[in-house]
Amino acid sequence: MSSQDAPVTAAGPRRRRPAAARSDALRAFAGLLRRDLVLAFRRRSELANPVLFFVMVETLFPLALGADNDLLRAVAPGAVWVGALLASMLSLEGIFRSDFDDGSLEQIALSPHPMPILVGAKVLAHWLVTGLPLILVAPLLGLLLNLPQSAFAALVLSLLLGTPVLSLVGAIGVALTVGLRHGGMLLSLLLLPLYVPVLIFGAGSVESAAQGLPVVAQLYFLGALCTGAVVLAPFAAAAALRISLE
Amino acid sequence: MHRFISQWASPRHFYRLSGKLLPWLSALTIICMLVGLVGGLYFAPPDYQQGNVFRIIYIHVPSALLSMMVYVVMAGAAAVNLIWKIKMADVVARCSAPLGAAFTFLALVTGSIWGKPTWGTYWVWDARLTSELILLFLYLGYMGLRAAIETPETAARASGILALVGVVNIPIIHYSVDWWNTLHQGTTISFTTDNISTSMLVPLLFMIVAFMSYYAVVLMLRMRCEILDRERKSRWVVQMVEGG
Repeated sequence: MSSQDAPVTAAGPRRRRPAAARSDALRAFAGLLRRDLVLAFRRRSELANPVLFFVMVETLFPLALGADNDLLRAVAPGAVWVGALLASMLSLEGIFRSDFDDGSLEQIALSPHPMPILVGAKVLAHWLVTGLPLILVAPLLGLLLNLPQSAFAALVLSLLLGTPVLSLVGAIGVALTVGLRHGGMLLSLLLLPLYVPVLIFGAGSVESAAQGLPVVAQLYFLGALCTGAVVLAPFAAAAALRISLE
Repeated sequence: MHRFISQWASPRHFYRLSGKLLPWLSALTIICMLVGLVGGLYFAPPDYQQGNVFRIIYIHVPSALLSMMVYVVMAGAAAVNLIWKIKMADVVARCSAPLGAAFTFLALVTGSIWGKPTWGTYWVWDARLTSELILLFLYLGYMGLRAAIETPETAARASGILALVGVVNIPIIHYSVDWWNTLHQGTTISFTTDNISTSMLVPLLFMIVAFMSYYAVVLMLRMRCEILDRERKSRWVVQMVEGG
């Protein structure tokens, strides 16, 4: 009896070589990413919502401020960035909500793979279906708000570096509030203060570009924020999820 | 050392020890506040540029300092609770949050009252004012999350994570806002440059000590209430209440 037990524990799943474990985690990452993307594309009408919201918010600015082209040019960098930030924040609930409701989030948490990697996969999938379309449509909105052509590259680059930070930091907030019934308002209260640096550097870079000034400094800052968020946020979000799932 | 810490970490001993400490701390608060206020409002000379207006510094600077210090205390306590699961640390974090928010609010209000005669307007989007305002939002978010989660244990840990995320972000927010726009006067207290006269500085230092010990006193009072509430079913509380 005991001679039968011993080899099983010695060669059990915990004792596998690190390389095998690493490739396992990568496979889990890819699998979860594919699953989330498939799920998102099965609900196509929801895919368009953040973009539509973004377009409508930007339409409100000329209506509220007046159609003066010079005024619009002056507020365009900030207006586009605020719109993108709000659109990205309002779509955040979707990262964990449906998985939390149907229980698959608990199964994900029970899997032997490192939770931060799985959280990273979910955030990446969410960014691909909500963040990326915002970036694609942003130049068009810049055009509508009379943003100078010279600022378009900075707009796209700053959004490329900035929206992942919004998604990653947002994932922490969603993970903390996913168990609550009315988490939406609270989520904005938790996240908006944390979004301030991204907004400052993002809108600042577009503003500088519109005035013909160099934008490298702001983009470097955004890059640093993005790197920091990629490294740290999945761990915080994973820890927050474990608490919410208790 | 270990025994000392474990004594403070037990609610019952904390209750006993804080009861002994409170009169002393209260006396320290009152003495320092009297010295600071009399020195600051009566003995210190008027500023050569700002006249008597500058005297609001004796409230403004200590509350601004405390607003940041309390957040660090709160986040540190939250980390202790998350790592070692010491419940008393969570009591510290929970009771600190409204105090920190109050200090932040006080700093904002006194700052804007000070801004009217010196800058000509109650509010400017200056870097330090803005980061102080964002700090207030962080406190409110912490309290909001804490209030929204019903299970006390979960609320403690979830809001603890938020406090830690906030404490990582505070320097980033501070420097990004600083880079964005600054109008605020430079730091008043500095070890390297001499930009405040001694007769003005000494009352300010007294006020800072007074604010810190005031924070300690109120924190302990709140913690004692919280302990009694949490431990209301345990024997020592029942005995103490029934014994008069």
